Amino acid sequence: MTAALTPTTLFGLGGAALVGIGLFMVITHPSLLRRVVGFNLIGAGIFLVFGVIARRGAAAGFAGDPVPQALVITGIVVAFSATALAVALLRRLFDLTGRRDFDSEAPSASQSRGEP
Amino acid sequence: MTSLATAEGHFTATNGYLLVLAVMLPVCAVLAMLALGPRHTARVALGTLAVGLAVAVTIAVELFRSGTGLVYAIGGWSPPLGLTLRADGLSAVMLVMTAVVITAAGLFARAQHGLDPAMRDGRAPTTFWILLMAIWSALNVVFLGEDLFNLYVALELLTFAAVPLVCLDGRAETVAAALRYLMFALLGSLLYLLGTALLYGRFGTLDLQMLSGMQASGPVVSVALALMIVGLLAKAALFPLHLWLPPAHAGAPAAASAVLSALVIKAPVFLILRLVLDVAPPEAARLAGQCLAILGGASILFCSVMALTQARLKLMIAYSTVAQIGYLFIVFPLAAGTEDLPVWGTIAWTGGALQLVSHALAKASMFLAAGVIAEALGHDRIAELGGFGRVLPMSAAAFGLAGLSLMGIPPSGGFVAKCLLLTAAVVNGHPWLAATILIGGLLAAGYVFRVVDRALATPAAPLHLRKAIPRRLEIVALALAIAAVLLGFVPLQPFGFLQIGRAAHVTVVAP
Repeated sequence: MTAALTPTTLFGLGGAALVGIGLFMVITHPSLLRRVVGFNLIGAGIFLVFGVIARRGAAAGFAGDPVPQALVITGIVVAFSATALAVALLRRLFDLTGRRDFDSEAPSASQSRGEP
Repeated sequence: MTSLATAEGHFTATNGYLLVLAVMLPVCAVLAMLALGPRHTARVALGTLAVGLAVAVTIAVELFRSGTGLVYAIGGWSPPLGLTLRADGLSAVMLVMTAVVITAAGLFARAQHGLDPAMRDGRAPTTFWILLMAIWSALNVVFLGEDLFNLYVALELLTFAAVPLVCLDGRAETVAAALRYLMFALLGSLLYLLGTALLYGRFGTLDLQMLSGMQASGPVVSVALALMIVGLLAKAALFPLHLWLPPAHAGAPAAASAVLSALVIKAPVFLILRLVLDVAPPEAARLAGQCLAILGGASILFCSVMALTQARLKLMIAYSTVAQIGYLFIVFPLAAGTEDLPVWGTIAWTGGALQLVSHALAKASMFLAAGVIAEALGHDRIAELGGFGRVLPMSAAAFGLAGLSLMGIPPSGGFVAKCLLLTAAVVNGHPWLAATILIGGLLAAGYVFRVVDRALATPAAPLHLRKAIPRRLEIVALALAIAAVLLGFVPLQPFGFLQIGRAAHVTVVAP
């Protein structure tokens, strides 16, 4: 049992947990900002999985495969742009209607006007 | 160690630079637009449209002439480390289809922007042109790319260009639709990325050709492919994941809707096709094909009925898109290949490709015609459109001709496609799929005739156009609709074109 808990296994499990938590947030939370955070959590989990794969050396067999690291860097840039686009649209929706999710008509305006 | 062996298949053909040109030309146009400013945007875009269309046609001609796929290894690096661009018959068809629809949307948008001189060089038209070019480049990468991570980046670029296009007019409901679209698309691409990570961990390569040569199988492959396919389904808007599509596609400006509905959702469908046919091991492919066909059938039935109940024209066309996408997914079990007959030799494969192209042309035409109607009458409520055929005869004709293709009435591209699928369903013993195809055709006839009936009705009070509609605005939609009908006259023998570069696929890579 202890032999199975190598660092790569541990980080792999950590990545899986992050993906799970993020997925839960994305699916269950109505607030759009929380969903965007959830997407970032999923992304972080996936990047951790990439890291584990790099450490294991994938199918090539040598330790510290650099290819997944290069992929992660690109992935981070893409995730950053996605977050930026989502937040920009969110702000726009909030400015136009005062809504922070898809369901409410426009009720939360009074309580949310305080913070920009 | 096998994964590091160099595959002989990845050499750059002499005309490989054409593929780079197809990808880079729109990107250069975006840069030029940003550098030159709003006053020159439309001119740069129209120039790029002409050259890009020529490049796409040249690639297709080159393929037809040589009879083999075009390959370009970027920077001379071959996989597993390098990236390649590769055009086979299907990719070439997709490239030409993309170029034709984008050119039509561009011409339409140019004419529409011209209606309002104050708006001509304004913010919305400039943004539209930039996003259109970005979408074009991303689509070309999806159709030509061979590396799964490269394809991930292309899909994200496509999403980032398509989402702002949805909320171009800046109304609150379109912004909400765009956000909903973005949420679905992001979830989809993250699932796809996770699958990519798992595949790399197992095989040490992401090159589609090498993966297909490895005859991959095992639990990792199944999990990875399941994640990737579900992710792509969210982007392709198949039945249970279609909720984002109708508001997004109905809220966008007409030219944008045409591109989104005709092309953007075809990119993930194309990737699913490649994953299931090239990478998935046979038994997993069979199971995936069954599931996809069930969802496709549900899509056809449910969304056709939804289309029938819509009060607004653009929403009706958007629901019809989800229904028509369903036909592409029932191809999978029908195109099951055998030892002697590869998948791409079956009639269902040809029918699926034909359905893809004819839907793209017909749906783009319908959205453009709906755009003309909305522009002329100021609304698109179907019940109040009575007699629009008298004032906008060409748009009504375009709508009807495009409808022929959606219903599958001869002579049209949609008829040949659905006839081939129906034959395949009957021959392979899938009576339920055959019934679904027939019922789907009847339902499509229902929603198309609802509008055609309004077009031919006698209005209670004569309709007044809000503004004069220039003829070239209407001609674009009509030309696309006629092209969709003419597709039915293409002799199917040349559709051996679709098999170019496919047969070599299996034999080339033997690591």
